[in-house]
Amino acid sequence: MSIFIEREKCVGCGRCAEVCPGNLLILRDGRAQIRDVRDCWGCTACVKECPREAIFYYLAADLGGAGGRLYARDTQDSLNWVMKWPDGSEDSILVNKKKANEY
Amino acid sequence: MKTLRKQADILIIGGGAAGCYAAITLSEKYPGMSVLLADKANIKRSGCLAAGVNALNAYITPGHSPMDYVRYAEKDAEGIVRGDLLLSIAQGLNRVTEKMEKLGLVILKNPDGSYAARGGRNIKINGENIKPLLAEAVNRARNVEVMNHLNIVGYLQEEDGTVIGAWGIDVKQELLCFLTARSVICATGGAAGIYLPNHPGTSRHKMWYSPFNTGAGYAMGLLAGAEMTTFEMRFIALRCKDTIAPTGTLAQGIGAAQINARGEEYQAAYGNTTSERLHAVVSENLAGRGPCCLKTTGITEAEEESLEKAYLNMSPAQTMRWRETRLGPSQQDVEIEGTEPYIVGGHTASGYWVNDERGTTLRGLFAAGDVAGGAPQKYVTGAFVEGEIAAEAAAEFARHRDDPFLPQETMEKIVQWTEHFLNQTKDGNSVYDTDALEDAMQQTMDEYAGGIRTGYRYTEAQLAQAEKHIERIAGLSESLHADDFYGLMKIFELRERLVVAQALIAHLRARKETRWHSFAENLDYPEKDAAYEKYINSRLEDGNVKILCRPIVKAGSDTA
Repeated sequence: MSIFIEREKCVGCGRCAEVCPGNLLILRDGRAQIRDVRDCWGCTACVKECPREAIFYYLAADLGGAGGRLYARDTQDSLNWVMKWPDGSEDSILVNKKKANEY
Repeated sequence: MKTLRKQADILIIGGGAAGCYAAITLSEKYPGMSVLLADKANIKRSGCLAAGVNALNAYITPGHSPMDYVRYAEKDAEGIVRGDLLLSIAQGLNRVTEKMEKLGLVILKNPDGSYAARGGRNIKINGENIKPLLAEAVNRARNVEVMNHLNIVGYLQEEDGTVIGAWGIDVKQELLCFLTARSVICATGGAAGIYLPNHPGTSRHKMWYSPFNTGAGYAMGLLAGAEMTTFEMRFIALRCKDTIAPTGTLAQGIGAAQINARGEEYQAAYGNTTSERLHAVVSENLAGRGPCCLKTTGITEAEEESLEKAYLNMSPAQTMRWRETRLGPSQQDVEIEGTEPYIVGGHTASGYWVNDERGTTLRGLFAAGDVAGGAPQKYVTGAFVEGEIAAEAAAEFARHRDDPFLPQETMEKIVQWTEHFLNQTKDGNSVYDTDALEDAMQQTMDEYAGGIRTGYRYTEAQLAQAEKHIERIAGLSESLHADDFYGLMKIFELRERLVVAQALIAHLRARKETRWHSFAENLDYPEKDAAYEKYINSRLEDGNVKILCRPIVKAGSDTA
């Protein structure tokens, strides 16, 4: 379980490093980097925080992962979760922040 | 080494649910008091609610009373609860819920404006942003200074044991910080990472509880002489296989039953307490009838869509898994498994032995949330109530105290001790690194103290082995080397876990019965024994765990 930082998209704002509950993200040479992918809890705080969608979350191979990437677009009223699959296709699920879970 | 010294009226350690709520309470009721809140990360996403929370699991729904809640928790824990603490929590649950709604938490409503219940004690929310909402409220408070990325390591005490503050390391700024206060609230959460997790390799931190909650508050308390209770009531979560996502959303939310590989609904044969539901899965697997699942096939498309969103709001891995495999819960039952054991005070009852004001046995120190013992099933709202109670008691205590004095010599000793981990070289007697010792600790606990490997079962002979190994590993941890402050934090985290493990083993040995299947399954004493209808408490004395037994405290008369 972990996250991956797409370095070319990273602008070095440091917001991910600020919110990571494990202090796992640091800035090196102006770009974010994770100290050790094994130590990530998978909370996706950084995925939601990143203003450039430069961080995605993935299921590790030992958790049954198949190479998909999960991004989040955070706006005032919604969280748009975008899943990109290895074949190039995409799924997205829009979650309205003002709506409670039904279950 | 650079140091920083700060003084306030009240120090709160830990900015999770309980710590943030304590800070909010102090800002509203005691705006004249200065408050420091130290958090090891950033309160916006720190603690166990980093990803969000699916429901509020502790709420008094219409037609129920606070005493009903107490009785439920009492029954679920087979009587080993503090009725007085549970009642004070139950009486505040609805008040803090309304407060959270005012802070912006979205709660599902019925057409008449009342909250929509999920079962008898739960209400439905959108809890994805529960931590950002709390953090905003805390950051607005003028009398509260938040110190993010400050990992507290130990208490500062007067000669008579009175707690007058704490010291820790600022991981980002590489500072050693000394914080003194007239009273201190500990809200550091429980302990994960004591046992070998479900996925010890690449996904070693894919666990139920926050892997960054290392039992710091328990360890600091034990080392400072505080009394702890009920560590032996371990919590083991029943979760969706691999993703370790919650099962309650499926079991309670859509009424999915547990079924084994033969399609049989087996749970009724095992009982329906939290530990029995887990024990059912463990037993079915051991009997060769696994894997076990929650029966979700056949749910509607609309239900599946709602579930996908609900999981994104708290545990995105599960939705990812469904989409990635192209097998959603309507097409495939959801496999379940037990996690490794954790030590927590919010689901089970492990933690500081506190009075009704949440005062610990150490003068000047209060505890709230997962770090406070005796009151299981408190969950998030219960942690809020405890934060509120502890805040008021800590403020009252602080009003009658002067600013404490911290001798220079005390600080120098702590600086020296901290520096020795940075100065030690990697060769010589320290061939081990922190990861290696963490592996050793987790494997010991897994094999000899009832981890996943043994189906959570243990014997006295095994616990004796565990004790020896933990003592050995703790000795080795003295010689660890850190390159930087992050490395220092890792060393301190390991050492905290080792102290918790030491106390836990003593607690498991002391309860010579099996009161809760799986949570404390003692193969030498496989039955429940009325002689153990009491609390097992502990204190560290000269490095040894001293066990004390205390009689059960019941709740007062029915106030409903």
